[in-house]
Amino acid sequence: MTETQNLSVRLTDTTLRDGSHAMSHKFTEDHVRSIVRALDYAKIEVIEVTHGDGLGGSSFNYGFSLTPELDLVRAAVDEARNAKIAVLMLPGLGTIHDLNQAHEAGASVARIATHCTEADVSIQHFQHARKLGMETVGFLMLSHRTTPENLAKQARIMADAGCQCVYVVDSAGALILEDVSDRVSALVTELGNDAQVGFHGHQNLSFGVANSVYAARAGAKQIDGTLLALGAGAGNSPTEVLAAAFERLNIHTGVDVHGVMAAAEDVVKPIITRMPIMDRASIMQGYAGVYSSFLIHAERAADRYGVPAWQILEEIGKAGYVGGQEDMIVDVAVQLASGARVA
Amino acid sequence: MAKKTAAIVGSGNIGTDLMFKLMRRSKNLEVKYMIGVDPASDGLARAARLGVTTSAEGVDWLLAQDDLPDFVFECTSAKAHEANAPKYKAAGIHAIDLTPAAVGPYLCPVVNLDSLQDVLNVNMITCAGQATTPIVAAVSSVVPVDYAEIVASIASKSAGPGTRANVDEFTETTAKALEEVGGAKRGKAIIIINPVEPPMIMRNTIYAAIPAEAAEPGELQDKIRGAIDEAVARIQDYVPGYSLRVEPQFDAAREDWNGNGRVGIWVQVKGAADYLPEYAGNLDIITAAATRTADLLAERMDATIPSTPVGA
Repeated sequence: MTETQNLSVRLTDTTLRDGSHAMSHKFTEDHVRSIVRALDYAKIEVIEVTHGDGLGGSSFNYGFSLTPELDLVRAAVDEARNAKIAVLMLPGLGTIHDLNQAHEAGASVARIATHCTEADVSIQHFQHARKLGMETVGFLMLSHRTTPENLAKQARIMADAGCQCVYVVDSAGALILEDVSDRVSALVTELGNDAQVGFHGHQNLSFGVANSVYAARAGAKQIDGTLLALGAGAGNSPTEVLAAAFERLNIHTGVDVHGVMAAAEDVVKPIITRMPIMDRASIMQGYAGVYSSFLIHAERAADRYGVPAWQILEEIGKAGYVGGQEDMIVDVAVQLASGARVA
Repeated sequence: MAKKTAAIVGSGNIGTDLMFKLMRRSKNLEVKYMIGVDPASDGLARAARLGVTTSAEGVDWLLAQDDLPDFVFECTSAKAHEANAPKYKAAGIHAIDLTPAAVGPYLCPVVNLDSLQDVLNVNMITCAGQATTPIVAAVSSVVPVDYAEIVASIASKSAGPGTRANVDEFTETTAKALEEVGGAKRGKAIIIINPVEPPMIMRNTIYAAIPAEAAEPGELQDKIRGAIDEAVARIQDYVPGYSLRVEPQFDAAREDWNGNGRVGIWVQVKGAADYLPEYAGNLDIITAAATRTADLLAERMDATIPSTPVGA
């Protein structure tokens, strides 16, 4: 596990997508322009810009966008000189129609996400994205919920549908070290030269960067981060820390470390309304395996119904709810508050 | 009155569950035919054991019979129904379409059956459409609903290959029905497939934007609660496992909701387990709705005094 020489990864920054959760989906066009400009200057090659829950995410269930996401995508495309602009979509929530609009707005990378055992719902979307000429990335969310072997089978479904890089996505920040390298290795073995493997980490148990190193050493070629860790739950692997740590480990990223540190400190810090932290609720997400974006919704339900957010999240973990089921939070909170559900 | 006859086209899970529902729960229909395309199909074998005339030779075989059914239930695919619909029409057979083809109008039996004139071909929307449009219609019977949004969660084991290959079709159809049947100005639908074990029972969360005053305690809010309770009772009449998980939750008006308030309704749909397991409430509610629709249409046909035979 110590040979890191000659490894090379591409960093994708998703401050403007995963970070949208921490901003309650209130990024403005000015925010997007300044962050894209700084990331582009720091030689980040791919920048994801979408509502936190992907295309079409603006809703009662996930929170409405302050600015329509396609306006934000257009602003990002306009501002980027070298970086490609990516969008996320979750089949069942976003549609091919949304993907077409994002493509028309200039997005060139389609990142398509499913729960880790349900990859077959994404087949029509990968096929379509490839037809549009978009680069494709697949997200197997809540990857801790299945074994490396099963995850590899699901990755195969995505690759056969036209996905060019399948990510092990630690949506709950629940994976720890070998949990990541075992999964990445299984995917690398299964996919061979058919598709790359990527890793998307969260900080709920503080393993985002360390897990990313394990992923790179196991053969991952694409790694996600966000500036200042801005993201769902306790946040993502911080892009500026990934860049610095990878450089020290001789893992080539091509990113200007000073540039991403400046982007985090000088551009993002003055904008954000909330700094992601590992507190009782977000640690519980990693511990109980809960989708990170449930955090703020659980905090709101906690305020309204008078039950602690960590307790709601623990129940959500026990029930096995998956990404997108934010609606279950109120149901659980009301039942905890009424004593109908005993934690 | 004499029972009307029914043919089920499609011998998969939905067709088989529907057969049991019609046999056990229909007042006015009897299952005469089950049509498939695969002679080795379990569904056909099961139907034959229960005394139903079966054929693996498709719809053309059915339409060549001297004794044509009064109703045909399409349990195949949207594409197949698009091809079959004109044939049923030419033969004067009532078609109840359980695919997303939507050749005929969207129909939820407790919402808009009475208002439809042309019912020779009706579409059962989607499972989520059956579970949520009556609730949206209940709210919009009291106050204008600018926007309705639903989240349907189904067990992975109950999501068939058709649903999986066409999730966009599912969400788009359901969203349109929230408008056309539910009465919302704009609809949005989200579907989540959850693989947890034991499988989760089908759930639907319905959010409706409502005027600010209706979100505050008072007469208007009470009327909305009343309309929701009434809708739930009417659905329970044919889907006994349909229930509210918690009381409807009202949220005060917010600026980012265009000054609207919101009512949230959390529904669980436990299946009757006629053939498919209890958790598959999503499949149960659509076969139950199709059965109820046909029963009501049969009554309507008998009440209609002799008209020119269709197709004559």
